[in-house]
Amino acid sequence: MSDRPGSKTASMTVAQLRRAAKVGDAASAALQAGLKPVRSLGFPYRRPSRPKGVVMPPEENTLGADFETEWARKAPAKAARALFNAGPLKMFVRWMANPEVVGLDRLADLLDRDETPAVIFAPNHHSHVDTPLVISVVPGEFRRTLVIAAAADYFFDKRVKGTMAALFLNAFPIEREVTTRKSSDQLRRLIDLGWSLVIYPEGGRSPDGWGQDFKGGAAYLAARCDVPVVPVFIDGTGTIFGKGMKRPKPGSTKVVFGAPLYPVEGENTRRFNARIEAAVTALGDEALTDFWTARQRAAQGANPKLTGPEHTSWRRQWALAEHRTLGKAGQRRRQKRRWPDLG
Amino acid sequence: MPRPGYVLEVDRSTPPTLFWRGENFSLEKLPAGRSRVIYPPEPLPALADIDGAIRHALLNPLGQDPLPTQLFAGMKLTIAFDDVSLPLPKMRRPDIRQRVIEAVLDLAAQAGVDDVVLIAALGLHRRMHEYELRHALGDRVYDAFHPRGLLWQHDAEDHENLTVIGTTDHGEVLEINKRAADSDLVVYVNINSVSMDGGWKSITTGLASYRCLSHHHNGETLQNTRSLMGHRQHSALHTSIWRLGKVLRDHGPKVFQIETSLNTDMFPDAYSFINKREWEWTAKDRATYLGVTKGLSLLPVKARRKMFFDIHSPHQMTGVNAGDTELVHERTLEKVYAQQLVPVEGQTDILTLGIPFVCPYNPDGVMNPILVMCMGLGYLFNMYRNKPLVREGGVIIMTHPTYRDFNPVHHPSYIDFFEQVLPDTTDPVVMGQKWEKQFAEDEWYRHLYRTGNAYHGVHPFYAWYWGAHGQQHAGKVIIVGGDAATVRRLGFTPASTLDDAFEIASDVVGRQPTISHLHVPSLLVADVQ
Repeated sequence: MSDRPGSKTASMTVAQLRRAAKVGDAASAALQAGLKPVRSLGFPYRRPSRPKGVVMPPEENTLGADFETEWARKAPAKAARALFNAGPLKMFVRWMANPEVVGLDRLADLLDRDETPAVIFAPNHHSHVDTPLVISVVPGEFRRTLVIAAAADYFFDKRVKGTMAALFLNAFPIEREVTTRKSSDQLRRLIDLGWSLVIYPEGGRSPDGWGQDFKGGAAYLAARCDVPVVPVFIDGTGTIFGKGMKRPKPGSTKVVFGAPLYPVEGENTRRFNARIEAAVTALGDEALTDFWTARQRAAQGANPKLTGPEHTSWRRQWALAEHRTLGKAGQRRRQKRRWPDLG
Repeated sequence: MPRPGYVLEVDRSTPPTLFWRGENFSLEKLPAGRSRVIYPPEPLPALADIDGAIRHALLNPLGQDPLPTQLFAGMKLTIAFDDVSLPLPKMRRPDIRQRVIEAVLDLAAQAGVDDVVLIAALGLHRRMHEYELRHALGDRVYDAFHPRGLLWQHDAEDHENLTVIGTTDHGEVLEINKRAADSDLVVYVNINSVSMDGGWKSITTGLASYRCLSHHHNGETLQNTRSLMGHRQHSALHTSIWRLGKVLRDHGPKVFQIETSLNTDMFPDAYSFINKREWEWTAKDRATYLGVTKGLSLLPVKARRKMFFDIHSPHQMTGVNAGDTELVHERTLEKVYAQQLVPVEGQTDILTLGIPFVCPYNPDGVMNPILVMCMGLGYLFNMYRNKPLVREGGVIIMTHPTYRDFNPVHHPSYIDFFEQVLPDTTDPVVMGQKWEKQFAEDEWYRHLYRTGNAYHGVHPFYAWYWGAHGQQHAGKVIIVGGDAATVRRLGFTPASTLDDAFEIASDVVGRQPTISHLHVPSLLVADVQ
């Protein structure tokens, strides 16, 4: 039996709907009323409007190279970072990059000192994986006081990104092309306070898988602050998450630490930078061949260049593929076999 | 500023003194008023820039041209280095040998030298395991040379690869490794832990054949070696070696000697009490001592050994010299004595020695009874200059568990030596005449030495000869805490406690003997006036 219009059941339903509509209206009105004061409060609760014809002074930039990271080197942030490094970061690096680390014995003299000195680590740079990798493989004495010099225009262009980089990586903004006096003064202050730095002398990730010429920032700072530069060669991260890759692809890596290089009296930044580049190049050769071959070639200035062959065409890419087969990228972990679904 | 060595006259307020007992320790009360404890000097500071010092030594050698000027393309370069018997305990990475060899290889690479071979100068010692070579040379050098067959271990039984350099006027034949003999330059990398190491001994023992070694490694020579660690003219062994060295210098390859001296910072902070004088032990030291000794006593012997052999010693380089062998060695001796020499007045009736878990012939192995004798009477007794610490006819008391335990891989011939030779005689000269040839020429021992990790068949004789002078000098030798039957087999007297040992010794030295205790570690040489 169905309800007819005008019956008792039908009239109750309409009444309920009306009541519900009234409640909805009341709630909406209350919300509007509640928001009204906020909207009407205006300045100073809201940003002031700009009078016409007034030239505004330039806004103080707090992003990029001016991003404030001092808080990230205070105790609470350090404690949080130590936990992050010991747990998630380490596990991530092991899973993603499976690193083989050699040459740490070359740092023994620095570690034997009563107080671990500040140093500048100067690795080659192929991937975003490089930074977590370096953080996880440097000796603990350095890890606790490690600051990463990160590209200001990339990592510190947004507040959230910059905050994350500062908190979890202890990143410090630095210009890629020129080290300004402000940046260098800040970095120098950090070094004087005992913080070690990771500076990628190439200035950014490799665009094509081969290395880039070294810029003089690390050499300049080392000479200015009289601290050693530790050359580091990283092999294999380019194929894990190289520039342009959409998704990371877990693989194996090798990190080779070199003997600390000290600025020699009277040596200019350009020459010191060339020495750093030669040292990283020799480590690259050592990683792919062996110590004796690398030293022999280094003595003749014949270590294969990190920047690859001079070709500009497909041959450069072709040579890269061959080059990679010699390194860790050539020993990729066995991929999980995917059987076709045959129904 | 490290303090020099110290001789403590024991009185009633002196705390008990630390004794090694193999893989453990004990604290022993020495009689007041007639005992003295000789403490080693504190470790000298290490060189501030070790790699810089090595490079400086190579570029400014003593009595020779700088190393780079001696290297040229097309030459044959051999780099020999000391084996695993040095230093003890093994040092933290990087080992000194690695640092020196990498510096030499750098110069060789710059000079365009292609023909380079590294040789572990084993003499008749066992071949080193891969992990030991990696530790001594570092992974970089090992990975570069071993896969290409350019890292050798000297084989004193490979007659095709041995060559005679010449003969001394005493008829001693110098026969050494052929590759070294044919080289344009031999660079020898030494670790001079004690003063008897280095000099001409490096090549004329490390790269020599059994025939060559037998001229000076024998009972008569070692009995006449009145001072192993002191003046060379009192050592028949070193006199013979120096004669061979003269032949090497006149007729052999050119040698570029590199000698390094170490400080005596032998144990890491976790064992800090070992290096300290007992009255300076802090609450932490005392707690550590109690924890270590109680903990060790609960562990099986194998676990104790492993614990001690896992120690990576923090000792570090105090000096490096390179160039002419004799000039370099004199400089090294100065450095070694600066670290180890302690002036001591006169001899005593009794010498007490705590025997540790290791001697140069059992790295990563078992300190068998023959090595206990070798360590006590061969090494620790000989840590003197001028005169022994104990008078002739006095008593030597050692503390060690002296298990009847052998490592069959490292010491196969030691087992037969213990079972066959020692029941027959403990006289070094007699056993040399009667038994040595049989062991030296045994094909099975030769096979194990050449292909496995065994000491040469004749090595237990050499270990025994090493203690020949001490054995001849002492009126009685007592081992406290050792397995009684094993101790008797060695020709010594067992005792349960140190007081028992003093009681037994009274038969020889009377009721009120004077006593010296050599406080090891670390290393010291008593300069007895």
